[in-house]
Amino acid sequence: MWSFFHKLGSPPWLYRIAGTIVRWLLPVTLVALCVGLVWGLLYTAPDFRQGNSYRIIYIHVPAAVVALAGYYVMAIAGAVSLIWKMKMADVAMKSCAPIGAALTFIALVTGAIWGKPTWGTWWVWDARITSMLILLFLYLGVVALYEAYDNKEAAGKACAVLTLVGTVNIPIIYKSVDWWYSLHQPASIKFTGDSTIDPSMLYPLLLMIAAFYGVFTCCLLMNMRAEILEREARTNWVKKLALEYRA
Amino acid sequence: MHPIRKQRLYLVLFIVLFSSAAAGLVMYALSGNINLFFPPAEVARGMAPVGQPIRVGGMVVENSVVRSDDSLAVAFELTDYEANVTVVYEGILPDLFGEGQGAVAAGRLDEQGVLRATEVLAKHDENYMPPEVAHALEQSGYDEKGKAQ
Repeated sequence: MWSFFHKLGSPPWLYRIAGTIVRWLLPVTLVALCVGLVWGLLYTAPDFRQGNSYRIIYIHVPAAVVALAGYYVMAIAGAVSLIWKMKMADVAMKSCAPIGAALTFIALVTGAIWGKPTWGTWWVWDARITSMLILLFLYLGVVALYEAYDNKEAAGKACAVLTLVGTVNIPIIYKSVDWWYSLHQPASIKFTGDSTIDPSMLYPLLLMIAAFYGVFTCCLLMNMRAEILEREARTNWVKKLALEYRA
Repeated sequence: MHPIRKQRLYLVLFIVLFSSAAAGLVMYALSGNINLFFPPAEVARGMAPVGQPIRVGGMVVENSVVRSDDSLAVAFELTDYEANVTVVYEGILPDLFGEGQGAVAAGRLDEQGVLRATEVLAKHDENYMPPEVAHALEQSGYDEKGKAQ
């Protein structure tokens, strides 16, 4: 267990294992994404009330779910880099932020596109949507804060503290529709009890959520590989790698 | 665990707990203001300000929607099954607006307790199903929440 943890801290080992994982995970993810999209967008029945416009759920919900889960990945990486001063955890935290921001942005935009025909408005300042906007600013804040420092160590520390403070937003986003009166509907997929979405619509949705987790993981690992190469550019193993590629 | 790391671990826990407590207190202080709308029961109890821009949300009462013949004016009642609020509105209603469906109306209350709405939004619930399933449910006498009608 501890040896695995120590290996994770080794840049060449992490670089190599991340490459192997991406090589296997990326094709699987792309297949799942294509199957899920075609299944959800073409082969499921329209909703009894919303008609076809509900199909945006197959992009909106997976993006939002993974944006929330990705924040915890970022926060845990931030905590590890604060406590153990592990450079690779700092790399993971930094690499999470732009992906999370992109997913949050997708969730907000698809939500607005769905909101116009369904609710009658693009945007409303209800608890769910506002807290989701705060999540976008948190992700962008981490990106900006990291770039604001010249010293990588100080940047990592400041960003780790910011991500930890921001974790409080995640349960707020998740429970906002239950705690307050909001325009956004409560969750249809329930961990306890029956889901209020028909199984024929639920299965492609679950597949899309899994595919988005795959997309997040692949993007994260590829981002981390690029970041590792940049930080380790002066080391022998990177120089050797560069020579191998040239040959 | 190394004492310094243990100290940093406590620091991390402190940051998370402290910021959660701070956010919790802020939300407690704002509790009423975070709600997007007033339910009709609170309007009936006089908790909603008169003459101020507010939102009222609830279910549109069956057979309460009255449309004008020569304009876009419409009147309907919102209910939370405790109290009703009459809403008058002039404009285009969203596609999903309908009797027995959720809606949120934004506007000002007049002295008679009627909401003069400037915007009406449809509130969608968390039920998703194909039309055949909805039809089958209707045939069997249950609504989409699985309750007997």
